[in-house]
Amino acid sequence: MNAAGTMRAASLIVTLALSLPATSHAGQQPTEPGWPQPVQNNLMYSYAKLSQNELRTGNGDSTYRWEGEGWYGGNINRAWFKTEGNLNLDSGALDEAETQALYSRAITRYFNLQAGARYNFDPTPSRGYGAFGVEGLAPLFWEIGLFGFVSDGGHYAARVEGHYDLRLTQRLILQPQFEINFYTKADPRSGIGAGLSDLDSGLRLRYEIRRQFAPYIGITYEKKYGQSASFARADGDAVEDFRFVAGIRVWF
Amino acid sequence: MSSIIQTPFARRLSRRRFVQGLAAGAAVTALSPWLSPQARAAAIKPESYGVSGLSGTEFNLAIEPATVNITGTPATATLINGLLPGPALHWREGDTVTMRVTNRLATPTSIHWHGILVPTNMDGVPGLSFPGIAPGETFVYRFPVRQSGTFWYHSHTRFQEQTGLTGPLVITRREADPVVADRDYVVMFNDWTDEDPEDVYYHLKAGAGYYNYHMRTAGDFFHDVSAKGLAATLKNRMAWGQMRMDPRDIADVSGRMIGGTYTYLINGHAPAANWTGLFKPGERVRLRFINGSSMTYFDVRIPGLKMTVVAADGSNVEPVSVDEFRIGVAETYDVIVEPNDAVHTIFAQSMDRSGYARATLAPHPGMQAAVPPMDPIFTRTMTDMGMAGMAGMSGMGGMDMSHLQHGMDAAGWAPPMRPNIPQPMPANATGQTASPQPQDVHLKLGPEVVNIAMHPTDRLDLPGGGLNHNGRRVLTYTDLVRLDHGPQNIPFHERDPDAEVLLHLTGNMERYIFGFNGQTYDQSQPVRYPYGQRIWVTLINDTMMEHPIHLHGLFTELDNTADYRRRPLKHTVSVKPGEKLHYYLTANELGRWAYHCHLLYHMEAGMFTSAVVA
Repeated sequence: MNAAGTMRAASLIVTLALSLPATSHAGQQPTEPGWPQPVQNNLMYSYAKLSQNELRTGNGDSTYRWEGEGWYGGNINRAWFKTEGNLNLDSGALDEAETQALYSRAITRYFNLQAGARYNFDPTPSRGYGAFGVEGLAPLFWEIGLFGFVSDGGHYAARVEGHYDLRLTQRLILQPQFEINFYTKADPRSGIGAGLSDLDSGLRLRYEIRRQFAPYIGITYEKKYGQSASFARADGDAVEDFRFVAGIRVWF
Repeated sequence: MSSIIQTPFARRLSRRRFVQGLAAGAAVTALSPWLSPQARAAAIKPESYGVSGLSGTEFNLAIEPATVNITGTPATATLINGLLPGPALHWREGDTVTMRVTNRLATPTSIHWHGILVPTNMDGVPGLSFPGIAPGETFVYRFPVRQSGTFWYHSHTRFQEQTGLTGPLVITRREADPVVADRDYVVMFNDWTDEDPEDVYYHLKAGAGYYNYHMRTAGDFFHDVSAKGLAATLKNRMAWGQMRMDPRDIADVSGRMIGGTYTYLINGHAPAANWTGLFKPGERVRLRFINGSSMTYFDVRIPGLKMTVVAADGSNVEPVSVDEFRIGVAETYDVIVEPNDAVHTIFAQSMDRSGYARATLAPHPGMQAAVPPMDPIFTRTMTDMGMAGMAGMSGMGGMDMSHLQHGMDAAGWAPPMRPNIPQPMPANATGQTASPQPQDVHLKLGPEVVNIAMHPTDRLDLPGGGLNHNGRRVLTYTDLVRLDHGPQNIPFHERDPDAEVLLHLTGNMERYIFGFNGQTYDQSQPVRYPYGQRIWVTLINDTMMEHPIHLHGLFTELDNTADYRRRPLKHTVSVKPGEKLHYYLTANELGRWAYHCHLLYHMEAGMFTSAVVA
């Protein structure tokens, strides 16, 4: 899929998400023409969060890293938007930058089913994927996402991501986080190998001045595995990357 | 005790308590701003119930936006006749009262008369009773007053109640009041926030625990390890982690004292402003407690004074002497205190211990007594999850043994037996059958239902989390005993019920969705109480929060005893987490009645239905 195709798919998903009924059993409460509902439990809300919004320094250079998500919708059906990527502040180059548009439906107590499109700006050549997965609150309070991606030419990919809030005090929170990517087919032009490809992990200590505004410091560790590591070595890139980070987590 | 309740023949009630000195429909002039708080308190006449009010049969109420300063920062409120809370309305049983309510807001509004028996079109619920009051419009409420006691009124439109649109309602009895007092004060609680309540609601939608600054931390973990051992502590954390619930989720919205948003008010006064009620030593003082909060339960006591509870939800009960009581949102309790020459603090800590409301009873203006320290925060147990007695879940923090112990100290309260209910349940004269009957309720876990109480317990004889066995005598629902036909003139009904209706109180704190029987308002069917039938209603709380369930239009008889003459009349019944309780009602008021959790944000999140009596 190209960029335009991915965008068309995304807009279709949003339209679909917001036109679906929340449940199969519509209520039948008494009302009169022109009267309002006594309560409005089915309003639409919008939410946006930058969970990683940080400067990563180490190995003689600095990158700006972002990872964010947002949604619009009601209790059950929502349109989701996700984005993540790195901006090398020395070269101005994007690295592993992507965006996703997803339809999300609450299917269990704590989990949402999500389906839509993912578009990678980097690595180049950019690539569009169909995306499908679940995300939600797993036992022991881990926020977990499990996703599968499929692109043309038989390029399948999978991602597992998670994070956990360990409350040191009411406002000081230590958050371990990880993201692991798998690919079924090597894509040498993109530097992606088949199999377990890469890990991005972090340990961030944030202070919630307000819930919506929390500066943090931390460390991150990235590693490439297998064939991806070989591609990186061949390009003279690091296979492991350990960095200090400082950032501000925000949502609104 | 018997001296407090007297027969009508030995009336000691002073006629001057029928407040008639104020011109009908005229607002009490705002108190002079240059008076100190103490001097203001002194300036309030005792027959005014200690608050600004109106009396008579004709009332003009204007609802308009106003800027108030409760916290040191100006904020927008919605006020009635410029007062926070709104003017105390004094009615008299038997009168026909007229309220002309003018909407000077840019949005629709409404006023609901909480606990008042009215024709359904006078009940003030937009969408059920009437279309609401449009901007610029005046709506005329007119109905006969069929009852007496302590009640309140509030907006039933979105979150206006949270912005100040509440007020006390005191109805004097036609006959002499059996409750005798020399002084009579309203003590109305409100929870004030400077935030826009739409933002408060969005915060709850966006992140569970947004206002909870009492969560368990790493420090609590190590504390528990040293107190209970590593294995027990890990087991406990695993059990709550499996359920993805926070055992410290006591209140969804908390006080500023711990980082939350609420300032707790008594009669519109923040703790520092210290509302004061004066008395002369030896006087009997009646305090009419009204919880007009949007989200806050209070645990109320007056250190150094016993309180004799004489009425609950406006209806007289057999006097019971307590040190403390918990008041759910929208409940009212009338108590009598007999202070000596000392000054006393009325101390009302929020159930989640995130702050308190405070006022003073004093023989002279300007006095104040010590404010006691807050009680510690408490932690929910597996009983609160409706999982009492499940041996396999013993990691849940130990079973709450308090019920067992309490059962042994008390006279051994046992839940009343299930009444005889015909099967199938019959239709009434117009062909209506009650619903939902127990066999119609099929709950399953999902986005709207995170828990189904497998072993809900009857706990009417316990005051509730944080109060059980605190060393003080705390009021329970089994202490409430109906005194007589009561000021609501509701006859005693001996007959067995015709039908049972079952309502589970369900929800998902993470997604902030609440409902009855797993359904939000827009997914639900009305509850049906066939006209003329007597119904036994079962409420089961599947969530881990208290829910004050309010039924409009009808009084319910709480099933706390097998003796039908002693069941107290309630308009709002607080159901504890994991609790099962029952009440009777006689469906004798035709109409469509709102039926909902009185926690404002739970109601708007879907815990609302209608009860159709036809």
